[in-house]
Amino acid sequence: MNEKPEKLIDKKGIRSDGRKVDELRPLKLQVGVLSNADGSAYIEHGKNKILAAAFGPREVHPKHLMQPDRMVLKVRYHMAPFSVQERKSPAPSRREVELSKVIKEALEPALFLELYPRTGVDVYVEVLQADGGTRCAAITAAALAIADSGVPMRDLVVACAAGKVDDTVVLDLYDAEDKLGAADVPVAFMPNLNAVTLLQMDGILSTEEFEKAMNMAMEGCRKIYQMQKEALKTKYMVVKEAGEE
Amino acid sequence: MSSLITKVRLKQIEALLEQGKRLDERGLMDYRPIQIEQGVIEKAEGSARVLLGKTEVLVGVKVESGEPFPDTPNEGVMTVNAELVPLASPNFEPGPPDENSIELARVVDRGIRESHAIDTAKLCIEPGKKVFVVFVDVYVLNYDGNLIDASAIAAIAALMNTKMSNYEVKDGEVKIKQGYTQLPMKAHPVTVTIAKICNKLLVDPWIEEESVMDSRISFASNEKGEICAIQKGGSGFFSPQQILEASKIAVEKAAELRKQFDW
Repeated sequence: MNEKPEKLIDKKGIRSDGRKVDELRPLKLQVGVLSNADGSAYIEHGKNKILAAAFGPREVHPKHLMQPDRMVLKVRYHMAPFSVQERKSPAPSRREVELSKVIKEALEPALFLELYPRTGVDVYVEVLQADGGTRCAAITAAALAIADSGVPMRDLVVACAAGKVDDTVVLDLYDAEDKLGAADVPVAFMPNLNAVTLLQMDGILSTEEFEKAMNMAMEGCRKIYQMQKEALKTKYMVVKEAGEE
Repeated sequence: MSSLITKVRLKQIEALLEQGKRLDERGLMDYRPIQIEQGVIEKAEGSARVLLGKTEVLVGVKVESGEPFPDTPNEGVMTVNAELVPLASPNFEPGPPDENSIELARVVDRGIRESHAIDTAKLCIEPGKKVFVVFVDVYVLNYDGNLIDASAIAAIAALMNTKMSNYEVKDGEVKIKQGYTQLPMKAHPVTVTIAKICNKLLVDPWIEEESVMDSRISFASNEKGEICAIQKGGSGFFSPQQILEASKIAVEKAAELRKQFDW
């Protein structure tokens, strides 16, 4: 692996997967895909394929986690062993534990936790295939799953990353760009409340580049937000059509 | 802390914040006093004890030879582990690392790794076969808030204090020779954590503030004032403007601290 990394952006500003610098990967969002969950969603974000399910409000397990004054949100982010090139052990890695925590903290601001004391909502995220930016796609899907379950929300949470590749700030890095690029900035956002609920970064960016990356990521979030709302509506259109037959 | 006490405390803290004051009489942009003591554990290759107010963190560094990762055959390996030792707080329990200690370890790790603080290219013994593995173990001895900054400072201080044995390779075996070499370093990142309470930003939240804070955000930055790692935590949110403001505060504060430590 000593070979020089290939150029990730060509002279015309086209990236190695054919996208422009500020272009999202193709997205597909579906709501209500699992019959046993109270709410569920499926997202294809580029080659990422992720399922999310929400259960609750229901009893909290184990019981000592129950809070007398609010609901407890639990999130488990998990990757399937076959989701990446080298088989991943199904036991939760430290990365998965950390991501579960930050995804939970990204979703909590959207919920009226204090209105559901002594209950819990459990969100399970399964990454079936990973290609860079899974935490963001997971948040986008998890928010849809919670909305689908009928638990009231202040806003949908939508997430998207921006980063730096070959000295250029680009939107929505895929796996190769994430690995060979200079920086990655995942952002989760509630557009109607102008609230950033997740922000992480690794790599090296000047404060100006960081500002540019964050703004670009939020712009990406706004685009995905429209698709999220569309996906929620589509589920009810299908229900309505079925009812009319 | 019980939710009732938290609510009472929040009112008190909020009233003080309105006047730009804090419970422990610091200004919003003031750190608690920081003490760094290096070389406190003789058997470790490097160590440092940091006191940030009453928060106390001990970091030990062990260096061993081991295998490189297949994708970086010419580079040494660094791993960070964090233990929230039960003697540090009535709320810490013995057992496998929970999400808080894993997050702490990974945030400290990112600050060191992404700033290229350790010159890992100089830690190669035999390409593809043997490299030095640097184990950074964060030991929280007393919890009084802002473990991230205290641990990140202690980790860098311990790495600066790390001396590796000299070695020679004979028939594929690594033999220890006399003398020591300083661990090669390229940067000294400083992590600054900013808490949001009642829509106000303040640095270095201590335990009373952490119990009521809405959310926090940590920035690691290097000597050039570049940001190397970010982590938002807590169940609240920041507005984009607050994040940009926090990023500027963090880079400025990091420069101040670096000057104070003479790094």
